[in-house]
Amino acid sequence: MKTDIILAGVGGQGILSIATAIGVAALKNGLHVKQAETHGMSQRGGAVVSHMRISDKAIFSDLIPEGKADLILSIEPMEALRYLPYLSETGYIVTNTTPFKNINNYPELEAVLNKLGSLKRVVAIDADGIAEKIGSKLSSNMVMLGAASPFIESIELSSLEQGIIELFTSKGQKVVDVNLSALRSGKEFAEKTLN
Amino acid sequence: MQKVLLGVEAIAQGAIDGGMSGVYAYPGTPSTEITEYIQHNKYAQEKKLHSMWSANEKTAMESALGMAYAGKRSMVCMKHVGLNVAADCFMNAAITGVNGGMLVTVADDPSMHSSQNEQDSRFFGKFAQIPVLEPSNQQEAYNMGYYGFQLSEKFGIPVMIRITTRLAHSRSIVELKEVIKENDLKLPSDPTQFILLPSIARKQYKKLLANQVNFEKDSEESQFNEYFDGADKSKGIIACGITYNYLMENYPNGCPFPVLRVGQYPLPRKQIIQLTNETDSILVLEEGFPIVEESIKGYLEKENVSGRLDGTLPRDGELNPDIIGKCLGLKVQKGDDIPELVENRPPALCIGCSHHDVYKALNEVVAEFGQGRVFSDIGCYTLGALEPYKSINSCVDMGASITMAKGAADAGLIPAVSVIGDSTFTHSGMTGLLDAVIEKTPITVIISDNESTSMTGGQESSAVGKLEDICKGIGVDPNHIHVIIPVPKNHEELKNLIRDEMNYNGVSVIIPRRVCVQKNRRDIKIRKAQNA
Ligand SMILES: Cc1ncc(C[n+]2csc(CCOP(=O)(O)OP(=O)(O)O)c2C)c(N)n1
Ligand code: SF4
Repeated sequence: MKTDIILAGVGGQGILSIATAIGVAALKNGLHVKQAETHGMSQRGGAVVSHMRISDKAIFSDLIPEGKADLILSIEPMEALRYLPYLSETGYIVTNTTPFKNINNYPELEAVLNKLGSLKRVVAIDADGIAEKIGSKLSSNMVMLGAASPFIESIELSSLEQGIIELFTSKGQKVVDVNLSALRSGKEFAEKTLN
Repeated sequence: MQKVLLGVEAIAQGAIDGGMSGVYAYPGTPSTEITEYIQHNKYAQEKKLHSMWSANEKTAMESALGMAYAGKRSMVCMKHVGLNVAADCFMNAAITGVNGGMLVTVADDPSMHSSQNEQDSRFFGKFAQIPVLEPSNQQEAYNMGYYGFQLSEKFGIPVMIRITTRLAHSRSIVELKEVIKENDLKLPSDPTQFILLPSIARKQYKKLLANQVNFEKDSEESQFNEYFDGADKSKGIIACGITYNYLMENYPNGCPFPVLRVGQYPLPRKQIIQLTNETDSILVLEEGFPIVEESIKGYLEKENVSGRLDGTLPRDGELNPDIIGKCLGLKVQKGDDIPELVENRPPALCIGCSHHDVYKALNEVVAEFGQGRVFSDIGCYTLGALEPYKSINSCVDMGASITMAKGAADAGLIPAVSVIGDSTFTHSGMTGLLDAVIEKTPITVIISDNESTSMTGGQESSAVGKLEDICKGIGVDPNHIHVIIPVPKNHEELKNLIRDEMNYNGVSVIIPRRVCVQKNRRDIKIRKAQNA
């Protein structure tokens, strides 16, 4: 089985923490992984993307071909739309609804959300709101990962939890717990939306 | 043991395990993480492998050559344009040859994700007539770092590893090999080998030329060049480096055409001839310039060869699986177009960055003198070219701001202003400043000092704590060297300084100094972690 994920966001938002958690989980399951990242100039508040590929067979390209992504996981709503050419006919979009406005010509948020709403198979989630409720705004990326978890079929939730534990252990048990509960809240939200 | 590594990190780990005694480098995307990886590697720390940053790529290359002179294995790393800076040493190192193994690792940036141009370093390898290795995946990147030293020592010649952005910054699992011990200190057996006086250089050059057939033979037998047969002989495909993966992505059940995967240059003649003999036409897939295509096709175009040169593939920019699939006539299934409401999101200066304060003040003063006189350089401050500042009129190569301002002033554009970063200044601004001092050229040099090499991720800058002394030492009049803290409170004072110095008929240096916001944040984090 193969899962191709486009991770999108803005430089500085930390999409790589999501990628790392997925990567650790995939390795624990003995899967092949390739993950192309954006380093350099764009990390200064530009659009950044990571192509994450997980498979039980060897993976060739570091880049996902257009029309082949199973999932667009975006922590910024306009950025989710930027990668539509990559989404497969049966792929899902899981996106945060909080805009990151560091450009003057950022479109009307309502128009962005309407556009997202007009697409099929979209989970739009207020990850920042949910993260705040849990008690740490910083955990919003793990809320996003939780919301995306039902669509990453090759990896069980428990492996993602393992990934989070590895990622945050050095920061103490409290941080680990917050992020684990963020993961679960995100998952619950996505499942509710789907049903 | 297995590790998940970026392509560039894999080269670093391969070099460490391959018996390297030191890495020399100046940061530059996408090569920076090689040296950073070695700096943070425990084994490298224990063994005290050299990994401090150099002032620029030329000093780095020369130091690496010195280490190889002494019989040890060294690596020098840079981005593609860094090789232009180091080219003098690089070309001559091919003539001296090496004693211990030496790897020249160059990261090219097709599509210019973070660069001024997209040159192809394989050209430089060919120019210097040395072997070039080009990995197709992370494991091969590791293997090339590891075996590269052996190849280098086998022929007593520096070996280039060429990687491109995509593989440089993509992670995958890498299987590590046994660690090889460092070489012992050992002088060259020929004490004149490194003295390039004409009489010696001529002999050395003949040696290099005579070795060309051996390099080619080594390529023919290399594990990095592989021939895969295919049933459909209407086409043969030469896939260089990462393009092999893009090709195979299009044929999950195997490519129907014979394929030659190339990872070591000079090209393996035997396999190239086999491929051309067995197939009706050749398609060349290569990232960067159409170097392989051009050399096989030849001027007389006797061979039926296509690729980036004849327009079968785009001439510029990065390749990907879709471009290659389309070129092979395969159906690509694109998703929806990008909706029109999606706007570009270019990079920008961070909130609170000191460069903001510099450009705000500079813009107001330059308006008094007239536009078109601000020469700048490469770093975060280059973003002053974009909205809302649009402050600068040039960004060409590191250090050029000072010398271009000088040339423009010589032409009569007085006063001319240079805006340069602290790291760029010590990289290659200092020598240009000397030119201006000698001729008392009326230029105002603003060294926007954030005590960091920020554009590439906040590496230590060689300039920290030294700028005033350097400028004084070069001969700038101390009365025209000013340091100021660029904060909104000092806006008027900074403006006055700039105005006064622009009115001065000679060389002045203004140093607005405030640490980079990101660097500061990182340093606090590191200190906290150390205290915990
Ligand atoms: C020859 C060459 N080497 C390296 C680079 C990569 N590079 C671009 S900007 C930069 C850092 C500049 O640092 P500094 O001048 O201090 O400016 P800052 O980014 O800190 O504002 C580097 C290393 C390059 N473009 N050209
Ligand atoms: S990284 Fe530092 S120098 Fe670069 S824009 Fe941000 S604050 Fe300014």
